[in-house]
Amino acid sequence: MIPAKFDYVRPSSVEEAVTALRDAGEDAKILAGGQSLLPVLRLRLAAPSVIIDLGGIADLRRISEDGDRIAIGAMAPHHDVMRDDLVKQHVTLLSQATATVADPQVRHRGTLGGALAHADPAGDLGAVALALDAEFVIAGASGTRTVGASEFFVDYFTTAIGEGEILTQVRFPKYTGWTSHYEKFNRTAQAWSMCAVAVALRLDGGSIAEARVGLTNMGTTPIRASGVEAALVGQQASADAARAAAEHATEGTAAPSDADAAADYREHLARVLTGRAVLAAAG
Amino acid sequence: MTTTAEPTTTELGKARTRKEDARLITGRTRFTDSITPHGTLHLHVVRSPIAHATITSVDKSAAEASPGVIGVFTAADLGVEAVGLPCAWPITPDMKAPQRPLLASSTVHFAGEGVVVVVARTAAEARDAGDLVEIDYDALEPVLDMEAALAEGATLVHPDLGTNENATWVFDSGAAGTGASVDEAIAAAEADPDSIVLRRRFRQQRLIPAFMEPRSCVVDPTGEQITVWAATQVPHILRTMTTVTLGVPESKLRVIAPDVGGGFGGKIGVLPEEMLCVAIAQRLGKPVKWTETRSESLLAAHHGRDQIQDLTITAKKDGTVTGLDVHLLADMGAYLGLVGPGVPILGAFMFNAIYKIPALKFTCTNVFTTKTLTDAYRGAGRPEATFGIERIMDELAVELGRDPMDLRKQNWITHEEFPFTTVVGLTYDSGNYEQATDQAMATFDYAGLRREQEERRARGDKVQLGIGISTFTEMCGLAPSRVLGSLAYGAGGWEAASIRMLATGKVEVITGASAHGQGHETAFSQIVADQLGVPFEDVEILHGDTQISPKGLDTYGSRSLVVGGIAIVKAAEKVVAKAKKLAAHLLEASEDDIEFNAGQFTVRGTDKGKAIQELAFAAFMAHDYPEDMEPSLDSDAVYDPENFSFPHGTHLAAMEIDTETGKVSLRRYVCVDDIGNVVNPLIVEGQVHGGLAQGIAQALFEEANYDDQGTLVNGTFVDYTLPSAADLPSFESSTVSTPATSNPLGVKGVGEAGTIASTPAIVNGVIDALRHLGVTNVEMPTTSQRVWRAIQEAKGNSTQETPIDTHSPGAGLGSIDPNNPQGEVQ
Ligand SMILES: Cc1cc2nc3c(=O)[nH]c(=O)nc-3n(C[C@H](O)[C@H](O)[C@H](O)COP(=O)(O)OP(=O)(O)OC[C@H]3O[C@@H](n4cnc5c(N)ncnc54)[C@H](O)[C@@H]3O)c2cc1C
Repeated sequence: MIPAKFDYVRPSSVEEAVTALRDAGEDAKILAGGQSLLPVLRLRLAAPSVIIDLGGIADLRRISEDGDRIAIGAMAPHHDVMRDDLVKQHVTLLSQATATVADPQVRHRGTLGGALAHADPAGDLGAVALALDAEFVIAGASGTRTVGASEFFVDYFTTAIGEGEILTQVRFPKYTGWTSHYEKFNRTAQAWSMCAVAVALRLDGGSIAEARVGLTNMGTTPIRASGVEAALVGQQASADAARAAAEHATEGTAAPSDADAAADYREHLARVLTGRAVLAAAG
Repeated sequence: MTTTAEPTTTELGKARTRKEDARLITGRTRFTDSITPHGTLHLHVVRSPIAHATITSVDKSAAEASPGVIGVFTAADLGVEAVGLPCAWPITPDMKAPQRPLLASSTVHFAGEGVVVVVARTAAEARDAGDLVEIDYDALEPVLDMEAALAEGATLVHPDLGTNENATWVFDSGAAGTGASVDEAIAAAEADPDSIVLRRRFRQQRLIPAFMEPRSCVVDPTGEQITVWAATQVPHILRTMTTVTLGVPESKLRVIAPDVGGGFGGKIGVLPEEMLCVAIAQRLGKPVKWTETRSESLLAAHHGRDQIQDLTITAKKDGTVTGLDVHLLADMGAYLGLVGPGVPILGAFMFNAIYKIPALKFTCTNVFTTKTLTDAYRGAGRPEATFGIERIMDELAVELGRDPMDLRKQNWITHEEFPFTTVVGLTYDSGNYEQATDQAMATFDYAGLRREQEERRARGDKVQLGIGISTFTEMCGLAPSRVLGSLAYGAGGWEAASIRMLATGKVEVITGASAHGQGHETAFSQIVADQLGVPFEDVEILHGDTQISPKGLDTYGSRSLVVGGIAIVKAAEKVVAKAKKLAAHLLEASEDDIEFNAGQFTVRGTDKGKAIQELAFAAFMAHDYPEDMEPSLDSDAVYDPENFSFPHGTHLAAMEIDTETGKVSLRRYVCVDDIGNVVNPLIVEGQVHGGLAQGIAQALFEEANYDDQGTLVNGTFVDYTLPSAADLPSFESSTVSTPATSNPLGVKGVGEAGTIASTPAIVNGVIDALRHLGVTNVEMPTTSQRVWRAIQEAKGNSTQETPIDTHSPGAGLGSIDPNNPQGEVQ
């Protein structure tokens, strides 16, 4: 790999990182796991003058319980998120979706914060964060602020993280006792989603009391399938209900067309996968 | 004199782990890029991003001023405008052959063609300066579609040739006298109500060989000989061709292929970059190095396949095939590779496959387009032919309402009929299609799976089952030199070997067949251990350096064992003959009374004897040896095979298709290959597994796609889809043996078998799963999207086109299109 020349700094606290970011100006890039940034550098699609490596900030890897939330440091690698007991118990859907990201090598390097900050619409974790109403803690020169998932994802590769800001933590409400499923459809076992559907359900007896549904790679951002959610609530958890709700899967989407799937096929997949995800989540 | 272990006599057939693996797997070895003579300068090639364009200006000034830069050169600067890269296979006397330059001077003919080369102190500085070279282009119309390229008034890739047609090559069994006339067979079938004529069009998509080690070349001009290290399959050919291309006397060149990390045919060429390295090293008097990036490799290293196949098969309604007419269009890309034009022609001899087809005609038109050139890729011509015949045999079975295996059986050469001279004039020495098939069918439980298929169809299951068959054969062990001569190929097909018996009883074996991952060192050591009766550990295989192994024709076409290995056997026989003579002399016996067994030369009927190691020592000391003998056991041999080798096998695939999403899954893959006697079953299994993965990948995953501007849209591993182990099941592969009669070991080639056989097995299985839904074809790769569209079309629903000319998310780039970045990345 021969990227264009850059300077490298490795701060040991968030404050230092924010300062480094301010000093470096708009040409700086944050390095998390490097799984998306390094390929871009390697192909010289970007040529930042400074790379600020967050790898030296131990705090940012922590996963902890904070009241009714699970707080995950931005630098927690996918592997840790996927294996963490708190996440498994209270945010099962995140653990399930993370397990489908790439391969073990990438999961050991790539981070939750990096993936969400990168905001690739084909990434698997955005739909989960959106469906589960995660909060994003963002640090900047003037302190920290918290942004809800519905405002975080702005556009194709664009989030609410401003210039000079760093995503430090992602906070998920607890979904203890909910059932969930991440249905991913891809070309090869370790590839990105052509389309994927994240579903979490709170079942009450045999019926669906609450539903959260997010779609991956069905627009320029992750998409909350509110129509599907509405159609599910109050229904018996049955194949018929799943099928009927799945008919709403493409509402509000703008499916991209690429070599793997033109828009019509992607829309078809969204419906089929939504039905399957709901059924699987319902058990 | 020492021996380290007891001599073994039964190395053949032993599943030894490969002795080269420790160094290859741990990387504790030397690949070309890890060789850096003192003072090495680094090359970076600036390539055209445009498929077809006139170069209007080149501004080198900023690059020249960049740190560490020694020079920035165009072809004119180097004085190499007149140098053309070689094509060694003029398939017809009047074939149209454009000259491929080392760097494009006035016109670029494909995206990825080099225009300028930067030389700098480090690779990074060369790369940085490359970004500063300003080249202006006036775009010309790209030429992308083979049929359009041949039409009247088409834009010409090379206007001076007056056509986009490289050549049309015809074989007609009627005219050749090796069979009947296809035209007559078709006319007869059309007139006969008890016969049928079936026409099908198949497409062989463009593939990228995707070897693991990128291509690399290091040239050190500072010695008496210019030393060239290259990541190549063909060090000997590279040496000769460097002389032909640049005029450097062959004796002034030493070419070394150190450990080479895969090739699959992709490293068979003579590269413009290799010739630039030699020319620049000579000019500057300093060592130079060029190593490509992965994206350069996918873009500019030669591609494979890319054919349109129009087939017409005629048969009696009882199933007897009466004729096959083959029309191919083969995409050469922008220039001719070293053997590029001959690759599709190799298929001419394989379309009849294992069948007794009485009439065959093969017409192939090679076409120039403004794409990366194509050349040999694992199987080279035979996978294409095997796909065509095995697919159309399935179509014929459907048309006639027959079980596809029964129809094959009815038409294949039975084991009693060997040796069998085919409709194209090849003599298959041995084979037993019944045996391989019976074993495969039993392991697979063909009948059971057919029942399951029926049940699923009857139930209308969401997931349907398909059974794919490929009963393949191939010709390999390239090749009898006289046959190559008759095909106007620019070299012979022999191989050379030498054996040196060292004073201490160890053995050095020199082979001209240099491996690039196949395990020659292990397999050849096993052969020599048996032939000479020495321990496996005492044998060293030397190769890949023209100073050590001056003669050779290298590794491709599954030739190393069946040609190179036999050359070693011939050299060993000479060593034994010399040792026998020396033994007779020392033991004061008649040569006729000396028996040789397991490394011991004994006087018949006595316990007097000498070990081969003792004789090697005696020859070295030379104190006492016969008058009419030189004091040496060392021997050389050059072996020219008398025939090809014809491995065959029966491959069966159970495919599951989710008819809702179109997802294709390979549930089981059973294959039984007959490759004659097996030297090392572990190596065979490895070759078969790797070959299967590559062949299955053509069926399911891989395709090099160009957009309408001639840009390769998936020219990185981000979106050129290769499968991983996670995408493939555990293969159930085994072998049976009908020894070849054309060589003393009874061996056949195995390097390409899996690739050749598997592609049609998979596609036949995919279509078999969908046939009852009205689907008759799915183009490769049979992606879920294509399958879903085929199902929709069969149902009469119209859908969008599959847009293959766009980036799809992959690897570290995700949705970022490297050809068209936007948003987040600037
Ligand atoms: C082979 C391969 C396959 C993959 N497959 C999938 C897949 O199937 N599904 C999937 O979802 N993903 C996949 N990915 C992407 C993977 O999840 C990456 O890890 C992720 O996209 C980026 O995370 P990272 O930690 O590596 O970030 P980096 O690459 O280091 O950074 C990515 C971007 O985010 C910015 N950034 C990073 N951290 C912060 C922060 N804390 N604050 C502000 N900005 C920040 C960086 O500046 C950069 O622009 C794959 C990656 C590879 C290499």
